Amino acid sequence: MSTVYFIAQQTMYFAIPLLIVALAGMFSERSGIVNIALEGIMIVGAFFGIGFINIYQKTMSGQTLLILAVLIAGLSGALFSLFHAFASINLKADQTISGTALNMFAPAFAIYTARMIQGVQQIQFIDTFYIRSVPILGDIPVLGPILFKNAYITTYIGLIIGLISWFVINRTRFGLRLRACGEHPQAADSVGINVYRIRYAGVIISGVLAGIGGLAFVVPTSTNFNATVAGYGFLALAVLIFGQWRTNKIFAAAFFFGVMKTFASAYSGIPFLKGLPISNEVYKMIPYIATLIVLTFSSKNSQAPRAEGIPYDKGSR
Amino acid sequence: MKTKIFQNEGFTSFLSSLAAIVAGLLVGLIILFVSNSKDAIPAFVMILKGGFEDGSRGLAQVIYFAIPIIMTGLSVGFAFKTGLFNIGASGQFKMGAFVAIYIGVKWSSVPAEIHWLVALLGAMVAGAVWGSGPGILKAFFNVNEVITSIMMNYIGMYLVNMSIVKTIYDSLKNQTKPVLKSAFLPKAGMDKLFNTSNISIGIFIVILAVIVIYIILQKTTFGYELKACGSNREASRYAGINEKRSIILSMLIAGALSGLGGGLLYLSGSGKYIHVLDELAPEGFSGISVALLGMSHPIGIFLSGLFIAHLEVGGFNIQLYNYVPEIIDMIISVIIYCGAFALLFKQIIKKLITKPVIDTDNKDNVEPVPLLISGADKVSVHDEANDVTRQEEDEK
Repeated sequence: MSTVYFIAQQTMYFAIPLLIVALAGMFSERSGIVNIALEGIMIVGAFFGIGFINIYQKTMSGQTLLILAVLIAGLSGALFSLFHAFASINLKADQTISGTALNMFAPAFAIYTARMIQGVQQIQFIDTFYIRSVPILGDIPVLGPILFKNAYITTYIGLIIGLISWFVINRTRFGLRLRACGEHPQAADSVGINVYRIRYAGVIISGVLAGIGGLAFVVPTSTNFNATVAGYGFLALAVLIFGQWRTNKIFAAAFFFGVMKTFASAYSGIPFLKGLPISNEVYKMIPYIATLIVLTFSSKNSQAPRAEGIPYDKGSR
Repeated sequence: MKTKIFQNEGFTSFLSSLAAIVAGLLVGLIILFVSNSKDAIPAFVMILKGGFEDGSRGLAQVIYFAIPIIMTGLSVGFAFKTGLFNIGASGQFKMGAFVAIYIGVKWSSVPAEIHWLVALLGAMVAGAVWGSGPGILKAFFNVNEVITSIMMNYIGMYLVNMSIVKTIYDSLKNQTKPVLKSAFLPKAGMDKLFNTSNISIGIFIVILAVIVIYIILQKTTFGYELKACGSNREASRYAGINEKRSIILSMLIAGALSGLGGGLLYLSGSGKYIHVLDELAPEGFSGISVALLGMSHPIGIFLSGLFIAHLEVGGFNIQLYNYVPEIIDMIISVIIYCGAFALLFKQIIKKLITKPVIDTDNKDNVEPVPLLISGADKVSVHDEANDVTRQEEDEK
């Protein structure tokens, strides 16, 4: 049973950032803007979040510091995503190009700034955020060890973001408008919805979430930030497509990938896998191969937003 | 006479690329000033001089940097032209590099004269196989090629690491064993000409690849079919083009180009090895920038690859002034970002050239009068449409 708990706890570290960032992608893409810049926004969010922690960890510690850092990460992600919004909404630029530019800028900026200020590109931080066991909740049988032990507060932030996203997209007026702008912006415009404004909102929400996701990835898995989020932005893009742009399916996809990734990285801690004569690399490949196979059988009817990637031009007909 | 030049679509594209480059360099200059104003100007000059800093050796260095990114750029650009986004150049590059090194280390029985050629062909085949995977999945199962390419990048990286450890591993240095001399690309006396060992006939192979891709895309029915498929799958199927075959072949060729790039880099005899690290090959992602900056045109890609390599050499040199070379990546990303505004630049350029007469008192209602070129007509009509809708909005 302890193995199951171990797997569940490890899965959270991988699945939660993926979930947050894939949802980030969902908000942008369902408003009609392809956001390939998730990786770059994650890096910017993590850079400012970890930078904040690095500066203030002498005076603060614990969950207050982490929550403030999460806010900083979200804010910086939002500001950075404005570049993408401006290019793809106002200037009607090719969204892949502007996304690629952002992806390239972010790590270079992080390395350059860190090295110019402190000499080395790694930004160190002290992990004072680890929660061994949440009071009271941690003692619940079964659920307690799975959710409330060996955790980080980012896990709960991620789960809450998941719930709110589902609600916003499916149950609110704003969500309906956002989806309309991604499916048929002309129709949305004809009933008085400001397509540009909704798309801006979509990209900015995407920036906030991707920034938070970047921090949520770095904090549990490392003790320094090395200007990279290990391709998680691209993986989140895969999760988004895998999850067919729908909240509940993204949730399932993120956890599917998270579990696979846990087997890949923590198989030596899992007794029945440790004994098998399989090389380390094979385990690392499994999440990607599994995703490929699942996609092969589930992609026949893609449910991508129809107007995705097409700049909205009021004058066009 | 003057107007004819400005009417030319290619010329305005060139001007807008130039504007993007100037904008990128300006941002670079600002960053240099903000981080250390004392040495900003000399460092900036050094970046501009790039490969010209160090005589023929510097030029050789530019070519050495340019070879792999031109190849991955061609790969990405070719796929772009055929309507596919090949983000998997990184994995294809790594597969090609591994097979080239494997053949270079192990196949000593191959005649020495053609050893390098066999290794390069092997690299192309490996890249092609890796590229065709996403193509097949896209053609038959409608799987988005972006996501499969990303997955293939990671699978390829781990597969290469595993294969290196099992076959051609130098465990002391955690890297591949050195390639046999016969597998190095021939120097053909160029090392003496440029006075460095970094250069070989690799650049001529790159030029050959550029020409071949140009001919395929512009001069053959096959290339036309691929492009048609890229712009409209349904229409080309209606026209009798086998669109599944086209998609697979596009990805296969794109993969072969990246694979060849991997082979060319690691067989150049410059002492480069694959290290066994969990790290995707960065050349694949640089290829995206090169392709975008070169507007996916083979010759544009060739030039933009050289240009980016030139800046990178400059970025390497400015470490002399204690600046960090990553500033080059920032400059390039700004250039690409501004390049995305090509449309806007073009309109501005056209407007500047035509200088429409506008009644300044009543700007919104009067249609700008086009003076010189017919292209301005379209622009002004378009603007008028926008203005009308804007007015309607205001009235609401």
